[in-house]
Amino acid sequence: MRVGVVTFPGSLDDSSALRAIRLAGGSAVPLFHSSDDLQEVDAVVLPGGFSYGDYLRCGAISRFAPIMRSIIVAAEHGFPVLGICNGFQILCESHLLPGALTRNEGLHFICRDQAVIVENVKTLWTRGYNQGDRIVIPIKNGEGSYQANPETLRELESEGRIVLRYADGNPNGSQNNIAGISNKRGNVVGVMPHPEQAIETLTGPSSDGLIFFSSILQELVGR
Amino acid sequence: MAIIVVDVMLKPEILDPQGQAVASALPRLGFTFAQSVRQGKRFEITVTGEPTAEQLAQVEEAAEKLLSNPVIETYLVRVEA
Repeated sequence: MRVGVVTFPGSLDDSSALRAIRLAGGSAVPLFHSSDDLQEVDAVVLPGGFSYGDYLRCGAISRFAPIMRSIIVAAEHGFPVLGICNGFQILCESHLLPGALTRNEGLHFICRDQAVIVENVKTLWTRGYNQGDRIVIPIKNGEGSYQANPETLRELESEGRIVLRYADGNPNGSQNNIAGISNKRGNVVGVMPHPEQAIETLTGPSSDGLIFFSSILQELVGR
Repeated sequence: MAIIVVDVMLKPEILDPQGQAVASALPRLGFTFAQSVRQGKRFEITVTGEPTAEQLAQVEEAAEKLLSNPVIETYLVRVEA
């Protein structure tokens, strides 16, 4: 199963995401922002980092990259996409996910291991978890405060589309303690914490994040 | 040559921690006039000659699609005299 990872100018966690896919047993395919060719991958990860230096707004410029044109069209037809941190910001700017990520309350860049609760295990990326699992994965961002209008929040809550919620207090002012959401269909997921940085205890706080990658691979094998 | 200005501001209901930080720095300099501060962005777009109605319509479209994020921000387009 081929899972692609897009490198934008300023991406940081692309090689970590590629490694996570390999560790989960998949074939990791590097993709580049300037081509619209998805190279027949079965799913794609938009990694963390500071694409285009976060100029204008985080993810605002990346949204118009040639590769994003292909990803947006494919995602609307059920193609699996996971956005991590900057990737989540890009998905919001692309309107594949509702809402926006804004400057952290308190203005601090926060880099720490974070406990989160997995609330939606129906998405293509979280099927390997059990509902209510408490997992520890790192957060590292300056603009991770999830904001949406009350109507959108009600919709996300009532449709069970909150994928991850912060546990033990809200680190950044995100509404409803939201750390990750999905689209209606469950093929597009955006998360602020970094599952690709928690895939083995040698380099991360846990191996809890690996299940994001094994979930999608299992899903693809079963098709 | 004229300058088309686009002012982009966070919507009132969106938390603006940068504005809050500025507001709390002002009294430290002895400035006590501010009840609150909101921080935004200003774009200056230079065009040759007087801006046409078509150019202004295009700037509106660019402001909606790129310069602002309508989920969290509002914008205002005007021509600087």
